[in-house]
Amino acid sequence: MAQFKHPQILIASNLTDGEVVFLGPSGWERDHRRARVAQNAEEAAALEASGKRDISANRVVDVYLADVEIGGDGAPTPMHYRERMRVKGPSVRLDLGKQAAASGGAP
Amino acid sequence: MTAIDLRAAQRPNAPTTTYRYDDYDAAFVRERVAEFREQVRRRLSGALTEEEFRPFRLMNGLYLQLHAYMLRVAIPYGTLTARQMRRLADIADKWDKGYGHFTTRQNLQYNWPKLVDTPDILEALADVEMHAIQTSGNCIRNVTADHFAGVAPDEIEDPRPTAEFLRQWSSLHPEFSFLPRKFKIAVTGAEHDRAAILVHDIGLRIVRNAEGEIGYQVVVGGGLGRSPFVGKVVGDFVPRHYLLAFLEAILRVYNRFGRRDNKYKARIKILVHEKGIDEIRAAVEAEFAAMDRSVFAHDPDEFERIAAYFAPPPYETLPPTSDVLRAAKLDAPAFANFVDVNVSAHKIPGYAIVTVSLKPIGGVPGDATSDQMRVLADASERFGFGELRVSHEQNIILPHVKQDDLFALWRLLDAAGLATANAGLVSDIISCPGMDYCSLATARSIPIAQAISKRFSDMSRQRRIGKLGIKISGCINACGHHHVGAIGILGLEKKGQESYQITLGGDPTFSASIGEILGPGVTAEQTPDVIEHLVDFYLAERVEGETFIDTWRRIGHARFKDVLRREGEDGADI
Repeated sequence: MAQFKHPQILIASNLTDGEVVFLGPSGWERDHRRARVAQNAEEAAALEASGKRDISANRVVDVYLADVEIGGDGAPTPMHYRERMRVKGPSVRLDLGKQAAASGGAP
Repeated sequence: MTAIDLRAAQRPNAPTTTYRYDDYDAAFVRERVAEFREQVRRRLSGALTEEEFRPFRLMNGLYLQLHAYMLRVAIPYGTLTARQMRRLADIADKWDKGYGHFTTRQNLQYNWPKLVDTPDILEALADVEMHAIQTSGNCIRNVTADHFAGVAPDEIEDPRPTAEFLRQWSSLHPEFSFLPRKFKIAVTGAEHDRAAILVHDIGLRIVRNAEGEIGYQVVVGGGLGRSPFVGKVVGDFVPRHYLLAFLEAILRVYNRFGRRDNKYKARIKILVHEKGIDEIRAAVEAEFAAMDRSVFAHDPDEFERIAAYFAPPPYETLPPTSDVLRAAKLDAPAFANFVDVNVSAHKIPGYAIVTVSLKPIGGVPGDATSDQMRVLADASERFGFGELRVSHEQNIILPHVKQDDLFALWRLLDAAGLATANAGLVSDIISCPGMDYCSLATARSIPIAQAISKRFSDMSRQRRIGKLGIKISGCINACGHHHVGAIGILGLEKKGQESYQITLGGDPTFSASIGEILGPGVTAEQTPDVIEHLVDFYLAERVEGETFIDTWRRIGHARFKDVLRREGEDGADI
């Protein structure tokens, strides 16, 4: 198991439409701010175990843990720019992806 | 009446110059759609795991990317009909987000399809004789060709019949469906290479021997990616009747000796590099001599049947120059600039080849909205026999436009935001999708292209700079062809930040060369400054008639490195 350095969330892609999803308290969420945050290695392992179950249940694919930092509002933000891109959408099309819905843009 | 005339009669407005599926082709593609529909159903039901399903979806062009699935649609040798372009637009509206991305493989990618919709999308493609087969996986990919095929004045022979012949040979070839790695073939029939054949796994150049017979110079082992190589000649003149057998021999040698133990060393370029071209040539010739060539015997009737589909359209007899065009250029300077930059000479008097740039200043290279696709389809029908091409430079070509019609065409394009007069200039940047979409990317590439494009937004300055190819990749896989850019930019990750490595001196043509690294990587913000310094230095140093790469070759890489070092010392922090 990789050394636990930062809080983590579990990221995946929804099987049917490919959209990025995050494991929340009671299932997969499309908004990363509702993700469950693992504060230690044991909690991270529990997230991964849930992810593996949902791979087997054909709900999600491409599941992995991502390091996050916790903002003043308590919401997690990915630390790496790749995952920051995934929680928003293409930086060159702000009208698309999750960022569009957040700003009331095109679906 | 010829077969071509019959086709036109069966389908009003059908172009007369592109391949059309026969019953076998149509049934083959329909069966494949039905097969994939069943595979998707089984995946969604849980009968197939992702591990089991992944090879099936990849064989049908469906990837999983950063934000969604991505579907790569094959556009064989970059040739499209107006009807097909309209269907691509309709698919973008119905199942995607209203746009598509034309790629450096002359294909089109949709960035947002849903898995559940993909069988319907493939069905819609099959309706217009298109598919996504072999746009992924370790097989022979979409065969690419010169985008000026059939109309270029410097052409010995139209490469599209050869490309179509190879497409049929390589589609679901049982021996080559699980190669060590992917395999890319490009064909040109011209004296100038517009298809980058020297950086493909196999590059074919149609040539004529001393007796005037048509044959092929066969180049093998070119490629970009992690280990870039310029291909080497394995057959100087392969007669047409031996082409399939010769290529079969190359693929067999690769299939037998290619490195399957390490995916980074599995391309044929590594095999050629490690063994040497002489050993590879000997192995190919031995295989060629030993094999049962009767299986691959050339069928001239079949070749002619295919070639007939690419017969020239019914051109009018016209004077070589157009008074209408001359007058319009005098009246409209913006149009004159468009003609000077985006219009190329045609082999038929009175006609022209038009490059429609998909690189508006500050835009996303290669992207077209569904409305723009429809405008292009309309334009091709009104002005160009209903035919379009996709170039590996991510632009659209209208290959048969009367010079008299250029002004009307330009107005139509201009109204749709498609008249940027920058073909081949500094803002005509090749760029892969990079980390804005691609799961393999290590950095973004599109925003770098946009920033450079904006930096050089003054079109008169661009014209002064002249032809200059900037190519950007968002990872070492080099989909943006950065190794063969006169200026290449490679996006990497450095200490958790995006970093851009710049190379100079790349060339994708018959004088091919791989770019040399300029120095340490720079930040995204610094990149336009560095490019501008390099361009300014070139302008100061060039002698009349020199392009950027000419100057670089004449004065040497070190001089370009020096100028940046001096700029850094002067406080430019480069």
